[in-house]
Amino acid sequence: MNFFKIIDQLSEVDPDVLDRFDSRRSVFSSLGSMAKRTALAATPLFLGTMFQKAYAGTTSTPVEVLNYALTLELLEADFYRQFQASGTITASTPAVAAIAQIKKHEDAHVALLTTTIRQLGGTPVAGTATTGVRFNPAVFSSSFPATYANYLAVAQALEDAGVRAYKGRAGELLGTDLLTVALQIHSVEARHAAHIRTMRSQTPWVSNTDDLATVPLTAPVYASGLPSGATAPTSITAGGATYGIPAYSTTSPSPVESNVVQSGVNLTTGLASQYTAADAAASFDEYLQAAEILASSRAGGLALLS
Amino acid sequence: MSDNLQSRSADDASFAQPLYTPIKRRSFFMYAGATAGASALVLAGCSKDSDSTPSLPAGNSNTSNGAISLGSGDVGVLNYAYALEQLEADFYSKVVTNGAAVLSATELAYFQQVAKHEAIHRDFFKAAITRDAGTQVLRGLTPKYDADTFQTRAKILTVAQTFEDLGVAAYNGAGKLIKTAAYLVIAGQIVSVEARHAAYIRDLVSYGSFADDLQVNSSGLDKAMAPAEVLAAAQNFITEKLDGSYVGVNN
Repeated sequence: MNFFKIIDQLSEVDPDVLDRFDSRRSVFSSLGSMAKRTALAATPLFLGTMFQKAYAGTTSTPVEVLNYALTLELLEADFYRQFQASGTITASTPAVAAIAQIKKHEDAHVALLTTTIRQLGGTPVAGTATTGVRFNPAVFSSSFPATYANYLAVAQALEDAGVRAYKGRAGELLGTDLLTVALQIHSVEARHAAHIRTMRSQTPWVSNTDDLATVPLTAPVYASGLPSGATAPTSITAGGATYGIPAYSTTSPSPVESNVVQSGVNLTTGLASQYTAADAAASFDEYLQAAEILASSRAGGLALLS
Repeated sequence: MSDNLQSRSADDASFAQPLYTPIKRRSFFMYAGATAGASALVLAGCSKDSDSTPSLPAGNSNTSNGAISLGSGDVGVLNYAYALEQLEADFYSKVVTNGAAVLSATELAYFQQVAKHEAIHRDFFKAAITRDAGTQVLRGLTPKYDADTFQTRAKILTVAQTFEDLGVAAYNGAGKLIKTAAYLVIAGQIVSVEARHAAYIRDLVSYGSFADDLQVNSSGLDKAMAPAEVLAAAQNFITEKLDGSYVGVNN
């Protein structure tokens, strides 16, 4: 089946055919009479969710996507500033350099995203130690004291969440140089996550037996969905800027990190060899949608936004 | 319609310039996502296209100079990823088989997991490309290594780090070539796992080098390499000659 020839042929009889391709689902009903049924029967199983994801992402602007990223980078940068200032990192240990290196990258991400948003004519989200987007020190309390171990746990949650967050918006930058930049930040966050996890004696990759997946504060990072009763916002005001986020899809929820099905293929039973659920879950990281990341159960609860 | 798209691209700064190719009417659908699924359907048919589109090489076809083409468009990107995952899966399976004498028990256990991840990536791409593009799926390749590769911990780690950093750069550089959003998500889900592998191996080579200044630049960016550059490096480890000239190319 030559899809493009079909469009040409359709347009010869119906000059307005291109306007009819507005609803993604109607594409196939329009083609039904002309396409070979066998080709349509071979539709990849993930098509339904793919259309919903593509549809959800098409109304955002690059500035909005970047401001979302910047919000998370400001949160991380300030968190590491507080971590360094806490006095819990033992002097002359490798942790000093590791946290410094990670913070250096987060600061660089903040600078890069801020500059890029300004170049695009947008207003960048801002944050300092006392204003705008920053880590909420009240995350630590008598029930969750500001110990080195707890700082590291929050660091792991932030990094693993950041990796999921970038993944969730990549599709909106399809085909752009901006996408390349997002990918180049995203893989650095994954390196951070891996090292923090190593510092915590965990596997560098997300495992379906992660210790933080059972700690109430951090469990949502490894799951999906919104807190019970929460409504998903469609815009965020943070650090002096307001930006939209894609509508949260309840019909196409984000996968949980223990997921073993990719593109309709069950990785444990559907491949040339059998694999364990643990290996299958670890081999693919999962995305989270913006509303989930910014919810009070994840970044929204770890950050002060104004 | 194409005028609207081009004026939007003109307003954006160079960072956000969406497209290098002029918007043709048929290409509009790819960028609007409307044919995100249909592009998967036509992957099998595109290469055998007749009068109205230029002929692009099919994935897994033999080129006139004795190479194997990875194919064009999204098929090319998927086969490109599949080739790299084949290499990594083969390497780690050999590490697991041969490395017990020179790796610690913990290291061996972790490499056994990494080997599983890469095998899953490899098998996944074979299954997905076969499903979406049938005959264009890349054939099984024959990796090759220096004779002493698996004899010392240092050599194993050096090659492992090379592969993982290269894989991250490859996915980062290939991302913008992908036209189908669902494939981009898949690539994104894999590259972060490769980055985790890379960080772990770097920490074995030199603890704390998980994201050092040679790998991550002053803007905090990881490397991104174009297919040609990646394939030139990977070719040292692959017996068959691969041709990635049309990876991500659609017309």
